[in-house]
Amino acid sequence: MIEIKNITKIYQTGVVNFEALKGVSFDIQDGEFVAIMGPSGSGKSTLMHILGALDTPTSGTYFLDKKDVSVLSENELADIRRDKIGFVFQSFNLLPRATVLRNVILPLVYEGVGKEERAKKAQAALVSAGLDEKYFPHLSNQLSGGQIQRVAIARALVNNPSLILADEPTGNLDSKTGEIVLGTFQKLNKEQGKTIVLITHEPDIAQHADRIIFIKDGFLVSDSRGHKKRVIQ
Amino acid sequence: MKTQDILEETYLALTSNKVRSGLTMLGIVIGIGSVIAMLAIGQGAQNSVESNIQSIGSNLITISPGAQRGPGTSVSSGRGSAKSLKLSDAEVIAKEISGVKAVAPEVSGRYQITAKGTNTNTQVVGTNGEYPVVKNVEIDIGSFISGQNVNSSARVAVLGSSVRDDLFGTSTDAVGNSIKINKIEFKIIGVLKEKGGSSFASQDDMVFIPVTTAQRLLSGDEYLNAIDVSAQDANLTTQIQEEITALLLEKHNISDPSKIDFRTMNQSDIASTASSVTEIFTILLGSVAGISLVVGGIGIMNMMLTTVTERTREIGLRKAIGAKAKDISTQFLIEAITITFLGGIIGVILGWCAAFGISYFGIIQTSVSLFSVLLAFGVSAFIGIVFGYYPARRASKLNPIDALRYE
Ligand SMILES: Nc1ncnc2c1ncn2[C@@H]1O[C@H](COP(=O)(O)OP(=O)(O)OP(=O)(O)O)[C@@H](O)[C@H]1O
Ligand SMILES: [Mg+2]
Repeated sequence: MIEIKNITKIYQTGVVNFEALKGVSFDIQDGEFVAIMGPSGSGKSTLMHILGALDTPTSGTYFLDKKDVSVLSENELADIRRDKIGFVFQSFNLLPRATVLRNVILPLVYEGVGKEERAKKAQAALVSAGLDEKYFPHLSNQLSGGQIQRVAIARALVNNPSLILADEPTGNLDSKTGEIVLGTFQKLNKEQGKTIVLITHEPDIAQHADRIIFIKDGFLVSDSRGHKKRVIQ
Repeated sequence: MKTQDILEETYLALTSNKVRSGLTMLGIVIGIGSVIAMLAIGQGAQNSVESNIQSIGSNLITISPGAQRGPGTSVSSGRGSAKSLKLSDAEVIAKEISGVKAVAPEVSGRYQITAKGTNTNTQVVGTNGEYPVVKNVEIDIGSFISGQNVNSSARVAVLGSSVRDDLFGTSTDAVGNSIKINKIEFKIIGVLKEKGGSSFASQDDMVFIPVTTAQRLLSGDEYLNAIDVSAQDANLTTQIQEEITALLLEKHNISDPSKIDFRTMNQSDIASTASSVTEIFTILLGSVAGISLVVGGIGIMNMMLTTVTERTREIGLRKAIGAKAKDISTQFLIEAITITFLGGIIGVILGWCAAFGISYFGIIQTSVSLFSVLLAFGVSAFIGIVFGYYPARRASKLNPIDALRYE
């Protein structure tokens, strides 16, 4: 469960300070599928980095599963990322010269999981992300964009996190491949009860979620469930 | 993260980009290999000069007739052409000066030498029985000139090994045969052992006869071209040199030392001059080697730094999925150590092979020193580890987002 209150983020760029988030508050319950929408430069990625414990807010509080994340040390944040959160980035998602399987295994390596167990878990994650088994030994720079995103989803799933954060996961994909990736998220949300936060600037894509949070210029503008959810079969 | 996993991750990282790892290693290999080869050449040159100087003689002091100036002229006659040293000078040195092991006079000139149908033109040296001791030469067959030969001005000759080869061929011992020097017949009583090498004046090419015979039959006067003195101990040479100078000045009745009619030269002077020359040579080669080490180092640096963009994003990604700063810096440290050590070992082997090849093909006798190996290894390991590890360590401290956006 995510609870953020009055989160601000100020970037120091030389002499001028840039306020990317200007006091954002909301809660996300376990098992929700939320889209965060907004125009380019509105602060979506900044918000996601804070939610993902990749970055710390300048002020405000962030509780993840009742635990105050804003006071944790570097190493404790790394533990949170490893155990509770899975990331799917827009680009530079995978180590290009490592195999698909190795990329998915990596979070388990940092967790210290034994060899056989982590291979089994990684294969299971790749299967549930919908990647054909014949690609497992491929180098990740030999994959198509859609395949890369599925490997990234598999990696996000592999240590069984409760929260998956995806920053424009379909940004580099055509709409058909994008739909397949979105379908994977919906399936994970429905069947495994994962909390999913999807960041996008396209309303079409946001409509695949149950709830849409709209931010603009660092402010939360709207938070609604009033749309008709698009469900991919 | 487990140690075994760190090692596996390092192995995968190194093998997944073989070109990058290989080029980085190449920089180290070249740096280390060239330093070792160059210093081996320098050391080899120094050794060979030193052994050449050793082969001139043992604790040798050479006295030669000096530039004698006639009254009213400022033109000095050439070295060796002055006539000031006599056999009695050699005798008085042997008698009066303590710490002298042996004294050998020399009367020398080039003459035509014939033996049954063959002939050669070479250096003929008139000397006494002490010459082999003074000049470090050994008898191969027969015997050297004796005191008896000198006293009786005997017509006997001892041949250097290549003179014997020229006149009689390598298969015969030549002793008992006779040769003609300047049409005068001499009986061969001995042959010297080959000295080889590239000594300044090799006895291999000389013929030796009694000094008295040389004066009487060849030069026709009572003067000497040189007196060679061997000191009992290397430490005594300078002192003996001074004593000889004083003694001969007195004997020649010269009160003004600027009018001196002979000069003395000390083997340790030659040795120190030569070793300062070879030191410069080694420094020169060392600087060339140092430059290749720097170039190699810059190569390593370049490889490490140009990949830092790609690797910084990799670090960001690794951190985003749960790696701690320590996991990252340990991995990169092991990567840098592995690359520098593998490259270092290959470099040492290649440098050693190059040095060995140079010796093998007889260009110069090289010698690889432990110092050069340690120096080369140390410097490039330092560069490799610093530039491989330091940027990665810095990147590991970035927050994952800054690392991921790094351009
Ligand atoms: N590291 C940074 N240093 C300085 N300014 C930054 C930094 N990161 C983001 N910003 C600024 O903060 C604002 C919000 O950036 P953010 O990346 O969150 O936007 P976004 O909503 O994700 O946009 P997009 O849809 O284009 O990805 C932008 O104006 C950006 O210039
Ligand atoms: Mg963004």
